[in-house]
Amino acid sequence: MSEDLKILDEVTQSEYKWGFVSNIESDNAPKGLSEDIVRFISEKKNEPSWLLEWRLKAFRYWLTMEEPVWANVHYPKIDFQDIIYYSAPKAKPVLNSLDELDPEIKATFDKLGISLQEQKRLSGVAMDAVIDSVSVKTTFREALGELGIIFCSFSEAVHAHPELIKKYLGSVVPYTDNYYSALNSAVFSDGSFCYIPKGVRCPMELSTYFRINSAGTGQFERTLIVAEDGAYVSYLEGCTAPMRDENQLHAAVVEIVSHTDATVKYSTVQNWYPGNKEGIGGIYNFVTKRGICAGDRAKISWTQVETGSAITWKYPSVILKGDFSIGEFYSVAVTNNMQQADTGTKMIHLGKNTKSTIISKGISGGKSQNSYRGLVKINKNADNARNFSQCDSLLLGDKCGAHTFPYLEVNNKSAKVEHEATTSKVGEDQIFYCNQRGISTEDAVNLIVNGYCKEVFNQLPMEFAVEAQKLLAISLEGSVG
Amino acid sequence: MNSTTINTINANSLLQDFDLFTDLYGKQTNYFQEIRKFSADKFNVLGIPTQKNEEWKYLNLSPLFKNDFRSVSHTQAFEIDAASAKQFHLCGENAIVFVIENGRLNRAASNVKTLPKGLSIGTLAELADDARVQKHFAQHADAITEPFVALNTAMSFDAMIVLLDEKIKINETIQFAFVTNTNQENISVPIRVLVIAEKHSECTVVESYHTLNEQHKVFVNAVSEVVVGEEARVHYAKIQIESENTFHINYHQVNQAKNSYQHITSLSLGASLLRNNLHIQLDGENCTTYLNGLYVLSGTQVMDNHTLVDHAMPNCYSNELYKGMIDDKSQGIFNGKIFVRKDAQKTNAYQSNKNILLSNDASINTKPQLEIFADDVKCSHGATTGQIDEEALFYLRSRGIAEPEARALLNHAFAAAVINQVESELLKESLLLLLSRKLRVMEEV
Repeated sequence: MSEDLKILDEVTQSEYKWGFVSNIESDNAPKGLSEDIVRFISEKKNEPSWLLEWRLKAFRYWLTMEEPVWANVHYPKIDFQDIIYYSAPKAKPVLNSLDELDPEIKATFDKLGISLQEQKRLSGVAMDAVIDSVSVKTTFREALGELGIIFCSFSEAVHAHPELIKKYLGSVVPYTDNYYSALNSAVFSDGSFCYIPKGVRCPMELSTYFRINSAGTGQFERTLIVAEDGAYVSYLEGCTAPMRDENQLHAAVVEIVSHTDATVKYSTVQNWYPGNKEGIGGIYNFVTKRGICAGDRAKISWTQVETGSAITWKYPSVILKGDFSIGEFYSVAVTNNMQQADTGTKMIHLGKNTKSTIISKGISGGKSQNSYRGLVKINKNADNARNFSQCDSLLLGDKCGAHTFPYLEVNNKSAKVEHEATTSKVGEDQIFYCNQRGISTEDAVNLIVNGYCKEVFNQLPMEFAVEAQKLLAISLEGSVG
Repeated sequence: MNSTTINTINANSLLQDFDLFTDLYGKQTNYFQEIRKFSADKFNVLGIPTQKNEEWKYLNLSPLFKNDFRSVSHTQAFEIDAASAKQFHLCGENAIVFVIENGRLNRAASNVKTLPKGLSIGTLAELADDARVQKHFAQHADAITEPFVALNTAMSFDAMIVLLDEKIKINETIQFAFVTNTNQENISVPIRVLVIAEKHSECTVVESYHTLNEQHKVFVNAVSEVVVGEEARVHYAKIQIESENTFHINYHQVNQAKNSYQHITSLSLGASLLRNNLHIQLDGENCTTYLNGLYVLSGTQVMDNHTLVDHAMPNCYSNELYKGMIDDKSQGIFNGKIFVRKDAQKTNAYQSNKNILLSNDASINTKPQLEIFADDVKCSHGATTGQIDEEALFYLRSRGIAEPEARALLNHAFAAAVINQVESELLKESLLLLLSRKLRVMEEV
């Protein structure tokens, strides 16, 4: 085996670094799904009746739906009755400072390399740390409150700002949208709510840390971000999960509403447990993410770095309704061992002079399958719409696969739509060139892969970019980082 | 009933004349009858696909099969003679032209002198005893999952066969002019071609599709199989200039052996609904294959081009260029797939799809796909949809060319880029002529 082959081999065989279990007592619902469970969740969270009604409507609708099977992923059928739909850390502590935080939880974050103190003191990132399904800690709330910005857990928002939740919940992703959004709408446990009032520029990056903790707990998060006219916010979401032998389902819903002249930037780093080398265990990540540019000149930008999960199945989308609105999608998806990813985006152009950009980078190693699936749709009235898509795939072994399924539907003659895709491997000549200049093969692969992803990493906020590179390095362990 | 197929009652009507021709193939009758029966059964199971089938997502066939199509008579007298057949000649004086009227070979109208040594061309009935025909006929086009291939295999009666022996190079172009000429409504015409080019041979084959009597609804269902032997070179063209009452579903299957070369150009101008399936199977190492297509739509035409290049072996090269111009209320569809199998290392595969929309009621749905299971490959695809470059237009106008002429010039240049890749000069000229004729009609409307 030649040197670089060996390195690629090591790279593609590395195991999940973040596997550990925190011992926090959970207040679990019994396994299974029924109207009673939906009522149980709603009651546990002390929800108003209109929300319970909404959940029940979603649940009844879900019962009439069939599980979708069209994606290019394969997994054993999910037993929806074998999942715990609610689990919360017992006795939610009320904290005034970080010192009061449960030492176990703190240690969890420390192991992840993200100490809250560190974050708070050095980077000025406000963290809404979510362990399993209930918010444990929210920082910087006061500072944000002065500007009128609301950033809190979803259940708090239901009580404190019911009019906003009523107005926007399900407005971008209705519960009828798809199988998993209906399921989520019925049983969602918690999540984040973010509201930026008119003309306010959020002074810091808002960030939530998700973790899945209890064994056999499906996590159904719900995120809702609303930016009023002229507002700006950059929102971060990231997650790591402990090692498990049981497949865990994660079906989150993220909704973004961007009004006239508003900009929402949503970044996520996802590093859930991908299962072991044989593909046992690992998270199923079936997420519905969608934003709407409701007003003119609105902008929504998705950036994602996907390295984890046994199966990733998601398409962060933008509906470009306002004239001159902009949608962006930047993605790096790394699959290794037995991982499967079917991810991409949808850009629906409705308004005039709308513009969308799609940059997708797939890296597959081991026996993984990595698919890009995207839709660009230009409606009849979307004059002068513009789209540019680029989807590149990098193959790190001969047992993996890379697939591209773009759908381009153009119904307006003034539209300009471009799609470009390439598939290749790390070139021997590129490695040779680096070797020649004294760079080891290991560093060369690192260099090339990082360069390959640069367009996407550049879109990430500073703090996240560092982490993303770290994650990439670990995913490609053996040679890189 | 399967939800992805249309009600099978109409599908059955397409098979109703199955028993009318059971004794066409002499002593091989039993052999071919088996194949026909098998395919008829398959078609009964498969039915006609609906839009729920991913491969037919954008093409709605249900209005088409509201009509009860009946198989064309295979005893009707021919109307085309040698003189009137001249209008179908596209490849110059020396070309070998076969006229196939309503799915049957019309020898009197064909322009065939003695065939060069090493080349035999005839109908399946005439060549049924040849071992090569039995080896390849209906063995490549997929009658198991493709309903229209199954239908064609069950119902075609006068397949055209080209047999090219080893090391034979044919300079004259072989043209098959398929003409539908019927005075009846709702007729289905099956068309079948098999080309076998053995080792080191070379030939040029052109299929052209015409309509004589334009007022009647016709359903043309064509399947071609092309077998390219080792080191062989096959140049191919498919020209569709049928009437606005024609529905045309076409399958073209190419199988290439090692070191072979294949070049196909498809020019789609006619028919109200046209579906082209082009499947190129690279079964040997070091194959080279080019597939180029041009579709120009106007009125309410619908054209769907599906291509698949299957790289099964290493070191092959494929290059695909499809261009479309879509005007009025027409609808263009392109679906191109490059499939690279696990062992097909060192594959180089390129695909490009470019479209121009000329009207606000026109639409294009394009889906270029890559499915790659080998790591040491270079594959890319690109798809664009847009308009004529305003700057190019300005450049021409600033040099005194009026806007309509400038637009016509640029449109022509956009489309001609595909035709210019055709090797035969005579064929290229005919194709450019057909293109300008269609573009001129589009400008006048």
